[in-house]
Amino acid sequence: MFAAFFYLLRQRGLDVSLNEWMTLLEGMEKGLHHSTLTGFYHLCRAVVVKSETEFDRFDQVFLEFFKDVPYTGELPEELMNWLNHPSDDLRRTVEELRGAGFPEEDLETLLRRLEQKLKEQTEEHNGGRYWVGTQGFTPWGNSGWHPNGLRIGGESMHRTAMAVAGERKFRDFRKDNTLDTRQFQMAFRTLRQLSAQEQSAEKELDVDATIHDTCENAGRLEIRYKNPRKNTVKVLMLMDSGGSMDYYSGLCSQLFQAATRSNHFKELHTYYFHNCIYGDLYNGPRLWQDGKTATEWLLQNFDASYKVIIVGDAAMNPYELREKQFDWRTQRYGASGLEWLELLKKHFPYLIWMNPEPTPTQPGFWGQTHYQLSQMFPMFQLTAEGLETGMKRLMARR
Amino acid sequence: MDTKFSGSAHYVASQDLMETVNIAVALQKPLLIKGEPGTGKTMLAQAVAEALGKKLIIWNVKSTTKAQDGLYVYDVVQRLYDSQFGGQGVDDIKKYIKLGKLGEAFSAEEQVVLLIDEIDKADLEFPNDLLWELDRMEFYIPETKETVNAKQRPIVIITSNAEKELPDAFLRRCVFHYIEFPDQAQMEAILRVHFEDLDEQLLRQALAAFYWLRELRGIEKKPSTSELVDWIRALAAGGVDPSRIEDTIPYAGVLLKKDKDLHTLRKVK
Repeated sequence: MFAAFFYLLRQRGLDVSLNEWMTLLEGMEKGLHHSTLTGFYHLCRAVVVKSETEFDRFDQVFLEFFKDVPYTGELPEELMNWLNHPSDDLRRTVEELRGAGFPEEDLETLLRRLEQKLKEQTEEHNGGRYWVGTQGFTPWGNSGWHPNGLRIGGESMHRTAMAVAGERKFRDFRKDNTLDTRQFQMAFRTLRQLSAQEQSAEKELDVDATIHDTCENAGRLEIRYKNPRKNTVKVLMLMDSGGSMDYYSGLCSQLFQAATRSNHFKELHTYYFHNCIYGDLYNGPRLWQDGKTATEWLLQNFDASYKVIIVGDAAMNPYELREKQFDWRTQRYGASGLEWLELLKKHFPYLIWMNPEPTPTQPGFWGQTHYQLSQMFPMFQLTAEGLETGMKRLMARR
Repeated sequence: MDTKFSGSAHYVASQDLMETVNIAVALQKPLLIKGEPGTGKTMLAQAVAEALGKKLIIWNVKSTTKAQDGLYVYDVVQRLYDSQFGGQGVDDIKKYIKLGKLGEAFSAEEQVVLLIDEIDKADLEFPNDLLWELDRMEFYIPETKETVNAKQRPIVIITSNAEKELPDAFLRRCVFHYIEFPDQAQMEAILRVHFEDLDEQLLRQALAAFYWLRELRGIEKKPSTSELVDWIRALAAGGVDPSRIEDTIPYAGVLLKKDKDLHTLRKVK
């Protein structure tokens, strides 16, 4: 029961840690859920969810998991038992975890294995993922709910958890569908690397340390210096412009504004391309009318420490990506778009692709290139949440 | 004293909020409160302290606040002065250690309520620097080789306006609650706490106008509870005819703080 709900939460993208889960169990042991489902809902949400943007997701998972619970009136006996004696179930859960045959491993790996096992079994046996209990991991039989349990005092007077979760009133807070410049800016703020180690000739006076050391030195002046803390992040943005990207021009300009307004970057450079990157990049969104810069030059002048964000829908005719490009200037066939992109990928270890469209699960004709590129690059959807995940990815070397 | 929090004479808490406060108290975890400005995040700590009959210690965080400030400050300069001018007890470093708000809360004889207000104002590292202290409720003073232990784990309430993201490691240790903007019925209850005898019609009209205004498209800074309270005070003091409130929205400047918003309103009305 516990494990099943835990994994459903994690599966649906809520980052629940084992520590938090233990806290939740502790709370249940203390009876903080008042043996009601509503109480459990509040307790669980308070302990597990850490942002109002996740409330909606939590509500949905809660509904999904407890969907067979009647909205009003009586709660099923099994659920009542579980709510009244959480420790029994807890012990069982932990025993199951231990009994699974990896007693020495730390719980995190243990749970990961369990997760895998649960997934396999669900697929093999019952196809549903609401009641993992059919595999013997929880005290829940696959018989479902019997509506013959006890009546809980007060439950029907207050709003029940199901009704609360069902309202989904936190929908507007979700990060994956609301967009404005401020949210983008917030995401860009993740992109900072304050470093006192930066090589710089200018040192600044460390006032606090100077005072401290001077006084400790019985008043003889001891001057202390320190390196200034500066953001060392350098950003290179490459944006797709024109054609199919016109639908997203509003979105892209918001992103651009957010990036330029986040004036904490050490450097920010923006170049444009159409559909795919070849030998030339353009200096402005009106493409060739704005002048161009050779991609070669870019590679020579921006070293691997730059964090590169490619913005584009990656939708193009497959030949645009794969065929050799005829260069009118040199009258020769040059590298294909794919080769250029591979070059970029090799050159910049910090590179992500932001796509306004969600990645297709199957490569259709127009999704072909999108799919292929999403395999090649770490690709994120251009939403506030996607950008945030992307920024985190940019901060760490793969 | 009562160990359960159920609102106070001056503070109307929703069912959810009361639950969460009690959960945090029972689990001895810091309670992180977020919500729109003006929904009474700071007031909550006062109300909790009042309801549970405990002392409230407020640590106001500013952009320059460092985690160290909350623990203790070693007044090394004073010590130097004293040593130069032959003051007494210079050897005793303890004399020059001044406990910060967190230190104060730890060393209190009785359990206190500690409010860390607007934690997101401080540097990004700030919450992380407090992890150990909030977890273990103790810290070490190297100068005196002393460890300050919490005699009674304080009830910690932390508020945030989400100006900065708080680090995951910090969040994992907290119990979280988001204060929603109160609905009309709840707002009425809140207003009744603030105003003893209020003209029924004035209240109804003001509420209607207020929620209409909040829903108005193009309003950048939505008015909040505290602004509504001020507004009603102004309306009552100005002796405005209640029937006119909804049509004309007098003293709109109390509700709307931005020029642009006032302009938007004027265009509609």
